[in-house]
Amino acid sequence: MTTPIDFKAQLIAEFQLNETRLNGESRSSLHQRRRLALSRFEQLGFPTIRHEEWKYSNVKNLVSQEFNITPSAEISHDHLTSLEIPNLAGNILYFINGQYQPQLSTIVSPADEVEILTFAEGYKKYPALVEEHFAKYADDSNDAFTALNTAFAQYGAFIHVTKGKVVEAPIILRFISDARTENVAVQLRNLIIVEERASLKVAESFRTLGEFASFTNTVTEAFLGKEANYDHYKVQDESEKAFHIGTTQVHHNDKALSYDTTVTLNGGWVRNNLNLVMGGEYVEAHLTGLYLPNGKQHIDNHTLVDHAMPNSYSNELYKGIMFDKSTGVFNGKIFVREDAQKTNAYQSCKNVLASPDATMNTKPQLEIYADDVKCSHGTTTGQMDEEALFYLQSRGIPKDKGRALLMLAFAEDVVEKIKIPAIREYLESAIAKKVGEV
Amino acid sequence: MLKIENLQASIGEKQILKGINLEVKPGEVHAIMGPNGSGKSTLASVLAGREDYDVTGGSVLFEGKDLLELAPEERAAEGIFLAFQYPVEIPGVSTTNFLKTALNEIRKYQGQEPLDAVSFLKRMKEKMKLVNIDQSLLSRSLNEGFSGGEKKRNEVFQMAMLEPKLGILDETDSGLDIDALRIVAEGVNTLRDGERSFIVVTHYQRLLDYIVPDFVHVLYKGRIVKSGTKELALELEEKGYDWIKAEVDALV
Repeated sequence: MTTPIDFKAQLIAEFQLNETRLNGESRSSLHQRRRLALSRFEQLGFPTIRHEEWKYSNVKNLVSQEFNITPSAEISHDHLTSLEIPNLAGNILYFINGQYQPQLSTIVSPADEVEILTFAEGYKKYPALVEEHFAKYADDSNDAFTALNTAFAQYGAFIHVTKGKVVEAPIILRFISDARTENVAVQLRNLIIVEERASLKVAESFRTLGEFASFTNTVTEAFLGKEANYDHYKVQDESEKAFHIGTTQVHHNDKALSYDTTVTLNGGWVRNNLNLVMGGEYVEAHLTGLYLPNGKQHIDNHTLVDHAMPNSYSNELYKGIMFDKSTGVFNGKIFVREDAQKTNAYQSCKNVLASPDATMNTKPQLEIYADDVKCSHGTTTGQMDEEALFYLQSRGIPKDKGRALLMLAFAEDVVEKIKIPAIREYLESAIAKKVGEV
Repeated sequence: MLKIENLQASIGEKQILKGINLEVKPGEVHAIMGPNGSGKSTLASVLAGREDYDVTGGSVLFEGKDLLELAPEERAAEGIFLAFQYPVEIPGVSTTNFLKTALNEIRKYQGQEPLDAVSFLKRMKEKMKLVNIDQSLLSRSLNEGFSGGEKKRNEVFQMAMLEPKLGILDETDSGLDIDALRIVAEGVNTLRDGERSFIVVTHYQRLLDYIVPDFVHVLYKGRIVKSGTKELALELEEKGYDWIKAEVDALV
């Protein structure tokens, strides 16, 4: 019998081993930042359910598994056909177990419009720019997974849109965990810089190959300059044995406009953090989310909208359809700081329990320190509307089909926010299939 | 066409229909009137198959088939249409899309091929004129934000599209002003073709000025206590229900 490896110790040992291979880079300020993050991770350790932020999401099953934390990435195009999104066009980047696959990827946007590199290449090419932004927004002082991710920052994308550039073609980052032969763990770190008056649409798609367990710990930091326009979509369709912990961090400057949409079709155990900090005035931010867990899937969405400055607007809508014995969490924090007068902040979370055994925990959390603001929030969790279902039946639509139709309509509010047609169509058909089959 | 015998139904412990007998032949229009709480809407709901009600006795035959054995969608496909008193708002589903689905499900049940897009649109255009309904309304989410009149017109429009054998109007006139009432009634009248039958549930004489019934039945305490021709409705308008209540209660 082998003694189970302590996951935390395994990660720390790997960090130290990596360090010996770094050569001159170990003295760089990037690496010093990684070191700080590692020490924070060491100190914090993995959270337990006693931690307020992790009350309903227990990482016990995750940290007790054994993972290869340096998995290889050998894959051919043939293996990916089952994961393809039809009619997808634009800049499509494949990352297998974190490692970028140029032979599978397509970059169509000219470099003077947008620079699309891997995180490591980005640092090599633009060290000062990376150091200016890296780990400045995603706070790792009290979050073990962000600290861990920061310590291992290496795999992922670096995207830089310079002042005034409108990126016409979307960027689609396809992160695939290859768990065909073993349990794999991957840390992904993306840095997205959208400068003044620039515009970008980016999607992150997460998929799994194979029957083994996977663990993805991902952090995406986005810096939005003045009047930047930014669409960011996170689409998750992972296996029953996939663990996913992700933080999407957005920092706004004056008059920046952002749309963040998170759709979780499948995933064994998922925790998404979406944190927006409005560091400027007249910011407009839209947050939408949709989750459709079935079986014993667990999906947790934590959102934070930090109105740090006056005159900004945020609008949040999360929706869930819970099947079988699935569990879900929605925790929505809104901070309106003392200076943030004339804030408009709206939040709504609506859930349908499609099974008596499903559970949804919702917690809106508004902390308002300014007096001249408009804020509202509401959460609902209930059964399918029987009256609506009867109405459809009375017109000749069979019950199952009527139920699927109502669920699709319920989901559409979120899906319609996605402005990349191929992804929207892919989601519509995947959702139709899921609500029809479950 | 429709034969109801000794129909009894309850909701929870409370019995609402206490033995209804009614026969509707092809092409006939029957008005069901009666004071509030007499069971009028319950009768309409039970015929359409609403699950909130338990049928505790009696039988309903529709063209020789046992209606009570069928699911609501099967009843619709057999040719029964219920125009709701309170049409349901369904966000995210357009009327057009909904009707296409409904129509093709009914055709599937009847062993017919789905209607192609051109024929569907042609039928839509034809029927839209019937109830003076606007295209823009039909591309919006079903009934969402519709006025009371728009909702009722949409009900009659749906009925026209689905071409049932028996239309049941459950207090379609409630909440309508006279203009909307006329439009709705005219829509129904154009659907009267000598074959199609109607059961018109109403509280008021008003609607029957426009949709002239062949028979009028008064429902009271879960039973049909009086039946007659359209003149009965006029009598009720004049004298109210008290005289009928008195007659019935005297017998008990």
